[in-house]
Amino acid sequence: MKPFGRLFRALAIIPALFALAGCEMVVMSPSGDIAAQQRDLVVISTVLMLLIIVPVIALTIAFAWKYRSSNKDADYDPDWHHSTGLEVVIWAAPLVIIIALGAITWVSTHLLDPYRPLARLDASRAIPEGVKPLRVQAVALDWKWLFFYPDYGVATVNELAAPVDAPISFQITSSTVMNSFYVPALAGMIYAMPAMETKLHAVINKAGVYDGFSANYSGAGFSDMRFKFHGLAQADFDKWIESVKASGDQLDRAGFIELEKPSVRVAPRKYGSTPADLYDAILNRCVDAAKMCVKDMMRVDAQGGMGLAGLGNVFSLAYDEPRRQGGNVAPKARYVAAICTPEAPRDGRTVEAPIAAPLGKRAASEPLISAGSTRLASSK
Amino acid sequence: MTPAHQAPESVLFGRLSLEAIPYHEPILLATFAVAALGGIGVLAAVTYFRLWGWLWRDWITSIDHKKIGIMYMILGLIMLLRGFADALMMRLQQAIAFGGAEGYLPPHHYDQIFTAHGVIMIFFVAMPFVTGLMNYLVPLQIGARDVAFPFLNNFSFWMTTAGAILVMLSLFVGEFATTGWLAYPPLSGIYSSPGVGVDYYIWALQIAGVGTTLSGVNLIATIVKMRAPGMTMMRMPIFTWTSLCSNVLIVASFPVLGATLALLSLDRYVGTNFFTNDLGGSAMMYVNLIWIWGHPEVYILILPAFGVFSEVTAAFCGKRLFGYASMVYATVVITILSYLVWLHHFFTMGSGASVNSFFGITTMIISIPTGAKIFNWLFTMYKGRIRFDLPMMWTVSFMITFTIGGMTGVLLAVPPADFVLHNSLFLIAHFHNVIIGGVLFGLFAGIYFWFPKAFGFRLDPFWGKVSFWCWTVGFYVAFMPLYVLGLMGVTRRMSKFDDPSLQIWFVIAAIGALMILCGIAAFLMQIFVSILRREQLKDTTGDPWNARTLEWSTSSPPPAYNFAFTPIVHDLDAWWDMKRRDYVRPTEGFIPIHMPKNTGAGFVLAVIATVAGFGLIWHIWWLAAAGFVALVATAIVHTFNYKRDFHIPASEVVETENARTRLLAARA
Repeated sequence: MKPFGRLFRALAIIPALFALAGCEMVVMSPSGDIAAQQRDLVVISTVLMLLIIVPVIALTIAFAWKYRSSNKDADYDPDWHHSTGLEVVIWAAPLVIIIALGAITWVSTHLLDPYRPLARLDASRAIPEGVKPLRVQAVALDWKWLFFYPDYGVATVNELAAPVDAPISFQITSSTVMNSFYVPALAGMIYAMPAMETKLHAVINKAGVYDGFSANYSGAGFSDMRFKFHGLAQADFDKWIESVKASGDQLDRAGFIELEKPSVRVAPRKYGSTPADLYDAILNRCVDAAKMCVKDMMRVDAQGGMGLAGLGNVFSLAYDEPRRQGGNVAPKARYVAAICTPEAPRDGRTVEAPIAAPLGKRAASEPLISAGSTRLASSK
Repeated sequence: MTPAHQAPESVLFGRLSLEAIPYHEPILLATFAVAALGGIGVLAAVTYFRLWGWLWRDWITSIDHKKIGIMYMILGLIMLLRGFADALMMRLQQAIAFGGAEGYLPPHHYDQIFTAHGVIMIFFVAMPFVTGLMNYLVPLQIGARDVAFPFLNNFSFWMTTAGAILVMLSLFVGEFATTGWLAYPPLSGIYSSPGVGVDYYIWALQIAGVGTTLSGVNLIATIVKMRAPGMTMMRMPIFTWTSLCSNVLIVASFPVLGATLALLSLDRYVGTNFFTNDLGGSAMMYVNLIWIWGHPEVYILILPAFGVFSEVTAAFCGKRLFGYASMVYATVVITILSYLVWLHHFFTMGSGASVNSFFGITTMIISIPTGAKIFNWLFTMYKGRIRFDLPMMWTVSFMITFTIGGMTGVLLAVPPADFVLHNSLFLIAHFHNVIIGGVLFGLFAGIYFWFPKAFGFRLDPFWGKVSFWCWTVGFYVAFMPLYVLGLMGVTRRMSKFDDPSLQIWFVIAAIGALMILCGIAAFLMQIFVSILRREQLKDTTGDPWNARTLEWSTSSPPPAYNFAFTPIVHDLDAWWDMKRRDYVRPTEGFIPIHMPKNTGAGFVLAVIATVAGFGLIWHIWWLAAAGFVALVATAIVHTFNYKRDFHIPASEVVETENARTRLLAARA
C-alpha cells in the first residue's frame, strides 16, 4: 500500500520540526535546576517509551505492507489466533517498561516535589551552609500577579526578581479564582487557589529575563496575566531591592482592596513598604478587617462551631459577595469570635487577629477580643 | 456582548429580555441568519414533500433501536459541524492575534467558543456517535430484536438531543459559559460568572446526562439478559464486550457528574457554599469530583472504538482476532483502572508526592492492557490477508496515531514532567491525539464498516479516501505544532500572544484545521454521492465484507424484527462459524413476531425538559415549576399506556423474507 509509505514519511518530519524549534523551546532548555531536572525526566521517559513505541509503529507498517491482500506470497493462516508465548511477551514487554518508568516516577516525584526544600543549586553544587532561601509570597489577582518579599518588607506587581544561584521559596495563593503560577524557565507550575497556600522551591542558575504567567484559565483577562521574572546577579538583585524600597508607594490593606479589582495589562509596580501581615490576611480572606479570617473560622469550627451562637457569625464571613458589590461595604457590627462556658471558662489560647477592626480605625494586629456566649464582642 | 444578568428580573420573563439577543454581534447574527434560513428550508421541504407524518411515525416516535441509533449518528454529525466551526474560529484567532493585535474575537466571545467546543465535542459529538453505534449494533450482534427497554431508549435519545438544543440555543439567546469545558469553580461560581452561560452548561449537561445514564442501564440489561442462546459471555463479539464495559462506566460515573453539577447549581441558585471561596467551600472538591466522572468518560468513549477496531481488523484480515480472551481481560482491566487515575488531571494542585506518584503509576499501568490490545490487533494482521478498504485504512492510521498519543499520555503521567507540561498546548495536542486518533478514527472506521448494513449500500470509496487522507494528514499538521508550542511553554485557552516567533506554528496548525475541514467536506460529499449512486453501491447479500459477527447474517438494512428466527450460537464469531458450517437460511415456518410499539412519550418528555431547563436558566420560575409538574405528570400518564406491543403478522414476515430470498437468488 503506497499511501502508508507516504504517511510514514510525513511522520519522519516530526523530529526535524522539533530540531528546527530547538533553540526556542524553553521547556527543553530551561535556566533553573528544577526545570532542568524536569526536562531530563521528559527526555528519559520519552526514550524509555520509544523502546516499545518504535517497534510497534514499525511492525504496524511492516505487517500492513506484507500481508496486504494483493501479496499472494505472504502466508495466510485464518485460524491462527492464539499463542501463549506471544501473549506473555505482549503483556510482559509493556510491563517491564512501566516497572522501570514507575520506579523513576516514584523517586523523581518525591525528589522534585515542589514542597520539598532544595538540596542543591545545580547538578554539581550543593547549597552552601547557612544559606536561607529567598522568600517570595505570590498572589494571583484578576488579572495580575502580586509578589511580597517578606524578608525585605516590599512588594511588586507583575515583576519578580531573584538572585542567581540562590534558593527561592514561594508561598502561593490567589485572591480570586484558581490560577497557576508558572515560570517555565525556572520550575514547573503549581496552582494558586484562594484561601489555600501552595508551595514551590526553585533556583535560577542563569541571569536573564524570563516569562512568567498564569497557566490556568481564569477569566476574561487571562491572556494578559503575564509578568517578567528577572534572574539577577546578587549585586544586581540588591540594587533591585533598593530600587523597590526607594519607591514611595505603600501597599496597605485599603490599597490592596483597590488593587485586587479586576484590571488587565497592569504595568509593573513597586511598593517600598507593605505591612508584614498583609499576605496572611489575603490568604485568610480578611483584608477587609471586618471579615473574620479563614483560620479563625476554622478554629471556631474546630471547637464545635458554637452552636446557635455561631449562627450569628455566618453573616460576617462572606468575602466575595461584598467585594463584587464594590469593595468597601460598611463593616458588620458584631460577631461571636470565641466562647467560654462554665465548664471551660476560657479556651486558654490567644487568637492572633486581624479581626473585628473596621478599615483604618484600628491596627489590624490588635488581639482578638474573647467573648462569652452571652457577651458579644462589638467592633464599635 | 451585554451580560444579560444586569437586566432586572421580571416575574414573567426572569432575566430574559431583548438584551439577551446578541443582535449587535455580526458573527452571531450571520450565523443565526444561516441557521434560520437552513431551518426554514428544511421545514419547508418537509412540509412540501408531506413528510411530517412519516417523520413522526417512523422516526420521532420510533423505538426501533436501529432508527434510534441512526438518529444518534445524525445528531453527532450535526453537532460535529458546530463544534468544528468553533475549532476553526479558535485556530483563526490564534493564528492572527499576535504582537498587540487582538484578533477578531474579544475574550468574552473567544472564551465561550473554546468552552462550547469542548462541551460539544465530548457530550454532543463523541457521546452520540458512540451511543448511536452501540445502539445500532449491540442488539444485532447478540441476536436480539431490540434493546431491553425500547421506550427508555427513545426517551434517552431525546433527552440527549434536548441537551444539545439548549447548547445551540445559547448561541442566539444569551451566552454560553466562559469557564472552560469542565467549569471549575470559583470561576463558574455566581460571583465570577453571574450570567446565564454556566446555567446553560449545567442544565444542558444535566438533561443530556439523564439520557446517557438511562441508555447505559438499557444497554447493560440488553447485553446481560438478551443474548441469543449459546452466546456465553466469552463468545460475545468484542464490540459487545467493549460496549458492556463502556456502559458499566456510564452507569457508575454519570451519576457523579449529575451530583457534582447539582452541587454547583445549589451554589449558584440558592447560595450554598460547596465550592465557593467563602464559608469553607472547597473548589478542590469540585475538581476531584468532576474528574472522577471525567476520567472514566474518556474510557467510555475509547472502549467502543477499541471494539470497532477489533471487529474491523478481524473482518478485513480475514482472520480470527488474535488473543480474544486477553482482549476481553484487557478491556475489563481498563474499565476498573479507569477509576483509579483521576488525580492525574491535577498533579499541580498541590497533593503530596506519594499521592501524585500513586496516581501517576496507576495511569501508567493502564497503558499495559492498552498496549496488549495494540499488539493483539498487530498479530491479527500477522498472517492475515488484509483488504485495505476504508475501515481498515482508518484502523492502521489509528494504530500509528494512537500509539504516539499514548506515549505522550504516559509522559504526562510522570508528575514532575506534568509540572512543566500541564495545561500547555502539549496537553491539548496529547488529548486530541488520542480522541481524534482513537475515538474519531474508530467512529469513522465503524461508520464505513456498518453503513452498508444500516442503509443497504456502501459509501463511495473515492470520496472516502479523499476524506481519510485529509483527516489523517490534517490531524498531523494541525496538532504536531501544538506539541512544539507546548514545549515552548505556551499555555492553553489564550486568546492572544506577545511573542511573534510563535505565530508560524499557529499558522501551520490553522492550515491543518483547514485540511480537516476538507476531510469533513469530503465526508459529506461522499454521503451525497453515495446516495445518488446507491443502486451501483447496493449490498444485496447482507454481508458485503465477508465479515464474522451475527449482524451480517441478516439483510441490509435489517428488517424491523432483525432476525426472523433467533440465531443459535455455537462459537465465537457466530456468523463466520455459520458460514463455515454451510448454514442454510430458513425460508419457511415463520410465525408472528412480538414487537414493542412506538410511542411519542419520550419526545414529549424531552420537549418539556427543554422548556423547564430554559426556565431554570433564565430564572423564569413559573415556567420551571410548570415544566417540572408537567414532566412528572406526563411520566405518570405514560405508565397508564397499556398499548405497548404488537405482533408483526406472519404474512408480513413471509413477505419480507421472500423478498430477501429473491434478492439473494438474483445475485447467485
